[in-house]
Amino acid sequence: MGTGTYLDMLLSGLVLTLKTAVLAWIIALVFGSLVGVMRTLPSKAAGWFGFCWVEFFRNMPLLVQLFLWFFVLPELLPKAAGLWLKQLPNAPFWTAAIGIGFFMSARVAIQLQAGISSLPRGQKMAATALGLTTMQGYRYILLPMAFRIILPPLTSEFLNTIKNTAVAITIGLIELTGQARSMQEFSFQVFEAFTAATILYLLVNAVVVTAMRFLERWVAIPGYITGK
Amino acid sequence: MFSNFDFGVIIRALPYLFYEGMTFTLLLTGLAALGGLVFGTAIALMRLSGYKILGRIAGVYVDFMRSLPLVLVIFWFYFLVPYIGQWVTGASRPISVGAFASSLITFIMFEAAYFSEIMRAGIQSISRGQPAAANALGLTYAQTMRYVVLPQAFRNMLPVLITQTIVLFQDTSLVYVLSITDFLGAASKVAQRDGRLVEMYLFAAIVYFTISCIASFGVRRLQARIAIIR
Repeated sequence: MGTGTYLDMLLSGLVLTLKTAVLAWIIALVFGSLVGVMRTLPSKAAGWFGFCWVEFFRNMPLLVQLFLWFFVLPELLPKAAGLWLKQLPNAPFWTAAIGIGFFMSARVAIQLQAGISSLPRGQKMAATALGLTTMQGYRYILLPMAFRIILPPLTSEFLNTIKNTAVAITIGLIELTGQARSMQEFSFQVFEAFTAATILYLLVNAVVVTAMRFLERWVAIPGYITGK
Repeated sequence: MFSNFDFGVIIRALPYLFYEGMTFTLLLTGLAALGGLVFGTAIALMRLSGYKILGRIAGVYVDFMRSLPLVLVIFWFYFLVPYIGQWVTGASRPISVGAFASSLITFIMFEAAYFSEIMRAGIQSISRGQPAAANALGLTYAQTMRYVVLPQAFRNMLPVLITQTIVLFQDTSLVYVLSITDFLGAASKVAQRDGRLVEMYLFAAIVYFTISCIASFGVRRLQARIAIIR
């Protein structure tokens, strides 16, 4: 810090924003998919677990969740583990990625659940009739369709993940908004700093939306709801 | 683990947390939801008005607001509102706006974008025959909206509107970045003063969780009731 132009500062902030968002998104997709599938399984216990997961991560503000991960968790762990966690290099980055990832996983789970239950019942039955196990049914029949259906809402959830990284400035992650804030404090150029950050966010938004539109077209199956 | 957990800290802080903090949070949530709904409906009507320019302006506003992080918008308005105030009142210097007014304006403008999308969906869910019938009865555009379309749109969208308000309730915690004493701000101030981060943040989490849970449970019941009526 302290070297380079203000633009370099902002760009390094942008890179950190994207890194955090991508890692958080991977976590959200993995856990969200697992939980979303669990909510559609016939097993009561799995459904109950999924319900609890979603309610737990959905009903607390993201800021509070980040505080729990960052300030509270290390104190509740055994001493050695807590100390290790606190001394982790880049602790704000990992905390933000994990915290935002779990927060978003609840939303991904809801979307996926909706996607799976929007499929006709016959699909699951046909899979069973063909002798596929539940696992295979999900892997080869239900999930490929469900993910295609929920691609548009998943796009906006990914955009939300990028936007939510800004909340991590409260635990000391100097991402794009944080860099704009420090640029404003160094230079007193309030409007220039925030305008630059705003434009960068709009650019990222536009790139993601365009990329996802291509992805949607690329994975579309002709003749289906999501195809042409 | 919980060996030196001190409930006394929480109990001593309760009056401060709820009288100062929760009052601010709930007042901000309520007023911002109301303002956001009013402005959001106006934006939705602009988008559906059929006038190209009006629709364009509203669309750009909504897309713009929805692609920015709330934290950045909070910073924007925190610095911008004094200048807007100067421009509106014609004062010679940027006027000072209180923390509450500043965050209220921020949340109204931000939430208006989200509420407008909900109201737009609500208005579009009304069958075309209804405004046509209202028109045939001789009602003006304003009367059609006031007596026929908006009441139904509002009612159909009530569960979604309340869900959005729950999100807003959680999002108001972000005024923390301006060191404002909302519920979380109050908890964090006590936490830092007494060095009791674990107790205060856990307590804050439980309170937010309980309120949001009860509210979303209410939404689910409401949804079930409305589904029967339709």
